[in-house]
Amino acid sequence: MKKFSFFLSFCSIVSLIACKEQALQVSKIEGKEININDSISSNKDLDEFIAPYAEHIEEEMSATLAYAPKSLSKTDSKYNTAIGNMEADAVLEMLQPLFVARMQDSIDGVLLNYGGIRSTINQGNITTKTGYNLMPFENEAVVVKLSAEAMQELFDYLAKHQAAHPISGMQLILNPDGSIKKATIQNKNLENGKFYYIATNDYLKNGGDHMDFFAKNDTVITMNYKLRNLFIDYFKKKDTIAPVRDERFIKLEE
Amino acid sequence: MKRKTFIQQTTAAGVFTGIGGLGLLTSSFKSPVKHITILHTNDVHSHIEAFPADDAKFPNQGGVSRRYTLIEAIRKENPNTLLLDAGDIFQGTPFFNFYGGELEFKLMSKLKYDAATLGNHDFDNGIDGFYAQLPHADFSFINSNYDFSNTMIDGKVKDHQIFIKDGVKIGVFGLGIELDGLVSKNNYKETKYLNPVEIAQEMTKKLKQQEKCDLVICLSHLGYHYETDKIDDLKLAAKTKDIDLIIGGHTHTFLPKPTITTNIEGKKVLVNQTGWAGVNLGRIDFYLDEENNVSADGVAIEV
Repeated sequence: MKKFSFFLSFCSIVSLIACKEQALQVSKIEGKEININDSISSNKDLDEFIAPYAEHIEEEMSATLAYAPKSLSKTDSKYNTAIGNMEADAVLEMLQPLFVARMQDSIDGVLLNYGGIRSTINQGNITTKTGYNLMPFENEAVVVKLSAEAMQELFDYLAKHQAAHPISGMQLILNPDGSIKKATIQNKNLENGKFYYIATNDYLKNGGDHMDFFAKNDTVITMNYKLRNLFIDYFKKKDTIAPVRDERFIKLEE
Repeated sequence: MKRKTFIQQTTAAGVFTGIGGLGLLTSSFKSPVKHITILHTNDVHSHIEAFPADDAKFPNQGGVSRRYTLIEAIRKENPNTLLLDAGDIFQGTPFFNFYGGELEFKLMSKLKYDAATLGNHDFDNGIDGFYAQLPHADFSFINSNYDFSNTMIDGKVKDHQIFIKDGVKIGVFGLGIELDGLVSKNNYKETKYLNPVEIAQEMTKKLKQQEKCDLVICLSHLGYHYETDKIDDLKLAAKTKDIDLIIGGHTHTFLPKPTITTNIEGKKVLVNQTGWAGVNLGRIDFYLDEENNVSADGVAIEV
């Protein structure tokens, strides 16, 4: 036995010298998150490299468009949020005249997605940059013509996921168990055989967030209006942006 | 058992002195412990500048220039450092809208990133928009579960890469999230999504068993954790073996410290994610030793 161990050890040492074949093994791991803040100085060369890009953007971005008396975040509340309501109401307000002029009909409601609210609005001046932060994506507004059945699927989707997806022109009230107590559009219950014009973005129309009911449309009207530009135009139109949370989508408590 | 090891070593030492002399013996036996530092970011989303002082969530935090200073200081302390990113480099500030990702790639090259994986937002200007920015990237893109063979970036993304630092072999592979429902088909085109668990098993077999990597790292854009059946980093860790570290992204998860979880063999796996927007830098230090110098009662992990 001793002879055998001796032989093994000898072999391992020879191989160790011959080449670095000896396997390495992790003996200790340390891990942490390091916060990057103003205790770390910035690098002058890098700052100078970034500066011309930033200056060009800044020129275009710094124009003040409106004022927000309060900071707004999509995590402020459940089911519906002030910032989401502002987005959905802005879509309705800005698209409606264009839609009426083109279609001689009106938009009934709006559904956007919670995940599409990409930043908070900070208290203070709202600038072009706020619009970019809020909607950095290139998505465009579309209006989809939905049957009452597809509309019911829309309400069922909202009731199932219970996320604060921004809506306008409709109301959804859930019972404490999550079932639908009330679902109306333009203050009316859905009517079989009737069609509804719902404004959304091309991301959701193309199957984003699995809002599959948007695919079951009769017609899609593309508005050639980027949502970011729509919000920027909305800010330009308003002096003050002070939306509130309301009763458009709520869940009743026990 | 302990006694037996002791006997083996002393016996061997005796013989060795006879052959080569004490100096050589000490250097080969007490070869220094290897130290590898892994630095990582995820979901930086074009946040090149720091958040302003009046930001509601992250006042005065982040910024590529400060990240550069921090990384250079760590490299000075340990040159055997790898710098990785877990995807969603693109989209989130006007830098992307105006320049299409050019500045993001140029800066990551200046920071000497070694590799990144692709996040869903890296498809935001289409697969051709990503392709157009590749000349600005002096680092690799690694993804193992997207089949790009019918797209224009075929051959531009590696399915794995092995880095050697101080003689330590570090195998890196990458996993991306299911694109259907998340990215417009017009943008991802003919990219095929393959099952991340099966691909991870293939990759670890290749990297650990065939290539004998000392460390295996998964760069993931799957997301940290979902309550549903959807695959995430924690589920991936539990269903696989031979992964030392999963660097995650997509869910913008801020962890107070890296998560220690267990793999299918009951061995420990580290999962980390650094929130988003370059607010934090993840740092994982691996100390490696020759196999028989490592204690049998497992790896000491300090987080």
